[in-house]
Amino acid sequence: MNKQSEIVRQSLKRRYRKERRFRVLGLTAVSVGFLFLGFLLGDIVNKALPAFSSTEIRLSLPMDRGRLGLPDDSGIDAQMLSQVDWQGLIRKSLRQQFPELRKRKQKKQLYKLVSSGAEFELRDRVAAHPEWIGGPAREFWLKADDDVDTWYKLETRVSRISPLQSEILETLERDGRLRSVFNIGLFTHGDSREPEMAGIRGALAGSFWTLLVTLLLTLPIGIAAALYLEEFAPRNRFTDFIEVNINNLAAVPSIVFGLLGLAVFINFFGLPRSAPLVGGLVLALMTLPTIIISARAAIKSVPPSIKEAAYGLGASRMQVVFHHVLPLSMPGILTGAIIGMAQALGETAPLLMIGMVAFIVDIPQGIFDSATVLPVQIYLWSDSPERAFTALTSATILVLLGFLAIMNALAIFLRKHFERRW
Amino acid sequence: MNIPLTLLAILVFCVLAYLLAFRRARHKPQTELQSLPRYYGYLAALWAGLPALLLLCVWLALEPRLLDRELLANLPEHIRAQTVERQGLVLNDIKLKIESGQFEGDPAIEKAIEVYRRHRQQSSLLLMALVAVLGFSALAFASSRALLRRHARIGVERVMRLLLMASSGIAIATTVGIVLSVLFESLRFFQAVPLFDFMFGLEWSPQTAIRADQVGSSGSFGAVPLFVGTMLISAIALLIAVPVGLMSAIYLSEYASRRLRNFAKPMLEILAGIPTVVYGFFAALTVAPLVRNLGQSIGLDVSSESALAAGVVMGVMIIPFVSSLSDDVINAVPQALRDGSLALGATPSETVRQVIIPAALPGIVGGVLLAASRAIGETMIVVMAAGLAARLTINPLEAVTTVTVQIVTLLTGDQEFDSPKTLAAFALGLMLFVTTLLLNVLALRVVRKYREHYE
Repeated sequence: MNKQSEIVRQSLKRRYRKERRFRVLGLTAVSVGFLFLGFLLGDIVNKALPAFSSTEIRLSLPMDRGRLGLPDDSGIDAQMLSQVDWQGLIRKSLRQQFPELRKRKQKKQLYKLVSSGAEFELRDRVAAHPEWIGGPAREFWLKADDDVDTWYKLETRVSRISPLQSEILETLERDGRLRSVFNIGLFTHGDSREPEMAGIRGALAGSFWTLLVTLLLTLPIGIAAALYLEEFAPRNRFTDFIEVNINNLAAVPSIVFGLLGLAVFINFFGLPRSAPLVGGLVLALMTLPTIIISARAAIKSVPPSIKEAAYGLGASRMQVVFHHVLPLSMPGILTGAIIGMAQALGETAPLLMIGMVAFIVDIPQGIFDSATVLPVQIYLWSDSPERAFTALTSATILVLLGFLAIMNALAIFLRKHFERRW
Repeated sequence: MNIPLTLLAILVFCVLAYLLAFRRARHKPQTELQSLPRYYGYLAALWAGLPALLLLCVWLALEPRLLDRELLANLPEHIRAQTVERQGLVLNDIKLKIESGQFEGDPAIEKAIEVYRRHRQQSSLLLMALVAVLGFSALAFASSRALLRRHARIGVERVMRLLLMASSGIAIATTVGIVLSVLFESLRFFQAVPLFDFMFGLEWSPQTAIRADQVGSSGSFGAVPLFVGTMLISAIALLIAVPVGLMSAIYLSEYASRRLRNFAKPMLEILAGIPTVVYGFFAALTVAPLVRNLGQSIGLDVSSESALAAGVVMGVMIIPFVSSLSDDVINAVPQALRDGSLALGATPSETVRQVIIPAALPGIVGGVLLAASRAIGETMIVVMAAGLAARLTINPLEAVTTVTVQIVTLLTGDQEFDSPKTLAAFALGLMLFVTTLLLNVLALRVVRKYREHYE
């Protein structure tokens, strides 16, 4: 055996070791991504769970007209019901439950257990059942304060509940006057300062209107632009310039589009601030490049033989494009459009610029109402110090991720089932 | 003015014009026509719709301005003598009163409102009349004999082509809009604050005085701390994203089995699909406390809004970006190069390091530049997890602020639009736009210029 092969043999071991190390490094890199994804999702799901249930307290409330302060033998209307002192009724019922609490401070702690929004819920429930009025006293499950909610959900029972309150709550729990139910309010209420009363309905509606504007603008314009660039545009400077522009716009930071929206749509054209109209316009400009690029790819994949056959039968250029190329590339275009919409749904920064960050309780009814959208709602709530808002934020994130997952699944389905390979 | 009603009227005219023209054309023998009957319908509908829509647009753009100017001119002297901003406020106030039907005490203002109201009504009526005239003339055209003598299809297709071209021109309009809006506001800002002070000043505290006698609110706009903060956070992000992204791309394309690849690539893409606000929430509420506790347990004083936490999370966000871009270029390296290297006795990792990476380097560098541009422009993660106070430091454990954070904080408060504070946001936006544009152009050039061409 000569010296050289000995050197090679010895170096071989080192080289194989290096090879193994490199492989492990690669595998580590892939797993880092996975681990992080798992950590992120797990953390958010974990934080979100409390928000899906809410705690309620059962109280017995009188329903006779005298104690509601309603005049005898007259019709009931919403105006009269909103004048009833519901809060007073709730407090009185609480006092009757715990007659031993006489000091002002003690009573104050007692009152704090029920959510300050409970009176409005109670009013609406009675308004839906006017036949209750004048009848016997009824038992009502009323929303508890968010601190009670946290106390009830946490095993350790450490929260911002005083010892006296905790005693009261334990009595209530023994009497079966405390329960945990699915938090429907999360999906039916608008925003609120009280975490137990806050919901994402307003943000959902805002996202809907905003995306509607975006879709109605980007889809036709995006398709038209892609068709022009692929099928009609002559190869010249102007066309090149358009292409450079589209590619650059795709990489411009989203916040810059927000600045554009603020300066042009709001300050120059005087459109209303915080409106889904402006949000939709800004998001449309932002997603347009994405949609044009993917639509062009879809249009390009239509084989020339089809076009030539149509030309051969005497179709004009416009007829070839609109009767054959466009229908055949539609699944691909829609796939791109859905992905673009998913991008727009998750976008936050440009909407902050045009004032969609306001605290809005009402549910927007159209594209001119003040509104906020899901991601902005997440941003707004994540700032709130209450623990319950963290859960709400995480729950909203889950809803948002759910929508994104559905949209992406739809895109994959479209691609798998309708896209033709030629 | 009733915009939906006007639009509806235009639509009705379109449909009527289409039906009229279509029926006329259909009753003619085919041999006498140059196009299919429906093209006559389209042509008539376009005649009915386009001019009216154009008119509506012009009207919407001009009418409020003219009316405002007239209202202002009719207002008493003491209001007109005020600054432009104050005038705007007064006008808004008066218009709110008009909408709600309240009355102004001042008879002079009351008179101006009266004129305003009358003219607004007249303008609305005039528009309606014009739309009707246009509509009926289109209907007349649709039922005239001149229509059938035209080459309808060519006319329709010409208009369609123009519309398609205009749509693709929107990309240019957007770019021009961005440049103009950002540039104009920035120029106004640089009139108040010299460009040199902005670019090289070391102190950033945009709190300007609301009252002249307020203390400690000189308002200094030196943007260097912001640039340094942005670069610090982006550098941390790239330090995470580039090695991890590149290594996963290499592993997935060179080592992994097909099954693992088919599973792992979409999983990594999920990371790219998660909205940035979710990353921001995660960074602020989970990663930042984690980093802080970790630091404290080894005796380091870590800020709760440390650059490290924001940078790490941002890095994870751009991992899929780097990995998919590098994946593309690695796959573009021809198989023959790999085979040649392996045949000479190199191990797979030696092949990767000495053959594939050098061959793919321009593409990888381009991808890293694009990732850097993404990191610099990223907003939500830093808004939620990085600090607000501008501090000139490169210590990743301290809180720094970035350009995007400052844009958001300057523009989300209640501000007068013309204060240097809001204008500063546009100047920062200009810097951001120019930087990312340069990075993107550079990335494209690197890829184009140094790409190896294989047969």
